[in-house]
Amino acid sequence: MKIRLVDIAHARSGDKGDTANVGLIALRPEWYPVLERYVTQEAVSRHFDGMIHGPVTRYELPNLNALNFLLHGALDGGGTLSLKTDAQGKVFSTALLRMWIEVPQSEAIASNLPSGD
Amino acid sequence: MKELVRVASGQGFWGDSLEAPRQQVEGGEVDYLMLDYLAEVTMSILQKQKERDPSLGYARDFVGAIESVMPALIERGVKVIANAGGVNPPACAIAIRDLRGSSNLRIAVVTGDDLLHRLDQLIDQGHALANMETGDPLSSIRDRVLAANAYIGSVPIVEGLRLGANIVITGRSTDTALTMAPLRYEFGWSETDWDKLAAGIIAGHIIECGAQCSGGNCLYDWKSIPDLANVGYPIAEAKPDGSFVITKHAQTGGRINVPSVTEQLVYEMGDPREYITPDVVADFTTIHLEQDGPDRVRVSGIKGRPATDKLKVSIAYRAGFKAVGTLVYTWPEAVEKARAADRILRERLDRLGLRFDQVLTELVGVSATHGPLALSEIDTLKVPEAQLRVGVRGENRRDVERFTREIAPLVLNGPPTVTGFAGGRPKVEEIVAYWPALIDKNVVTTRVEIV
Repeated sequence: MKIRLVDIAHARSGDKGDTANVGLIALRPEWYPVLERYVTQEAVSRHFDGMIHGPVTRYELPNLNALNFLLHGALDGGGTLSLKTDAQGKVFSTALLRMWIEVPQSEAIASNLPSGD
Repeated sequence: MKELVRVASGQGFWGDSLEAPRQQVEGGEVDYLMLDYLAEVTMSILQKQKERDPSLGYARDFVGAIESVMPALIERGVKVIANAGGVNPPACAIAIRDLRGSSNLRIAVVTGDDLLHRLDQLIDQGHALANMETGDPLSSIRDRVLAANAYIGSVPIVEGLRLGANIVITGRSTDTALTMAPLRYEFGWSETDWDKLAAGIIAGHIIECGAQCSGGNCLYDWKSIPDLANVGYPIAEAKPDGSFVITKHAQTGGRINVPSVTEQLVYEMGDPREYITPDVVADFTTIHLEQDGPDRVRVSGIKGRPATDKLKVSIAYRAGFKAVGTLVYTWPEAVEKARAADRILRERLDRLGLRFDQVLTELVGVSATHGPLALSEIDTLKVPEAQLRVGVRGENRRDVERFTREIAPLVLNGPPTVTGFAGGRPKVEEIVAYWPALIDKNVVTTRVEIV
């Protein structure tokens, strides 16, 4: 079953130089394992293909039901050098929430995920 | 020893609400008012102001803030901790001294973070001050440096409070130390109480961005967050064991719950196990949050580890010029018109022989922030309007200046149905860029003075 992250998570992002961070937080604690299993470093790297110029690093914070992603080379130089509208990476959070993940039907039901499209 | 200490956040950056400091001290009981004025780029703006006038170089909003809270400081003993000193803490203290009523107050000034006058000596002594992102040595941009400040920790602030200060003014203190220091002072935490120091740092991280943890910029259930017009700024109610509650005054808007606090915790986060500060390394994977009544979140379980032997240094340097121009194109075929205009503009810039390090084109309303992720989901023929936004960046001011003259002509000599040029020619801006570096802790000596 296809699930969109916006339906199971919320997020906030910020910057550190040319790196944007996105903290992805499960809307319910029981959905965190789904994020941890399917929103992998590789999947996020593919999602942002063409938008960032460096690697993606993932950190887990199960205590907060959250994952933290560092998107390197995301801000066109970052800070005051960047010409981007989102020079400080404030809304990369919502760009990540556009991502779709594929969850087996049985697991989606067991985790009580909202029905996808 | 007090059993409970309340630190109220009244400013998340220089430019935040002018009303918040007064609302924080008048809305209920607080012990400390914490005001964070410094972002990475702020130091260079302040340095430029100081060059023009040696009595400036600090966050001038702070003077109005202190004026607005003066009765609470004098009558109720509320203390203020602020990094409003910028690149000139002594001048900031003098401006506060000039306020009516301030003769009743002791003001502590923390200095020693400013390394600008020592840079050549430090480089000569072998401190490369290499850029933490690129590895380049500072010598490669030495002649363009405007400001250089070490991020300093809680120690000098605690010292100021010990000396009986009502107001502690620092320069480039870390944002989090402004909250942790008064807790360390009140509860007598030692320099090796790693868990407690880390807890104080995390309390600071949660409240340092003002209302961003109490309902502001909160995505979770955002439409139901009440009365943001009267949003309450956060307060950390801390106990000696290092646990604390994040709350806000009654009768204020906004919301404090586990999701709102979690969003702020992950803001600007790097490796969550390694939140490095001058005082302690805090581990965000140990934080436990629980709702503790309406608009109250209890935070506990925090672990910390010994600090490193380095301090981070914030260096600002001149890095060329930039300008951004915009035009709005409308349906039908708004996106195609904007793209055509961009092609024409770029061809003209080429023909003029202008040289830029970068030319960036975005379509605001279409793909400026979500890029290809957005484009793949919309029918561009249906877009009602698109803002063409072209930015250039380069070393040569004249070329950037010339670019700003090439936007307006497109209104009459480019693709059709274009508007939105009422603002006039784009402004050329000098870029002051940020150079993060590390330095050995033992070369930075802070001083505290009562004035």
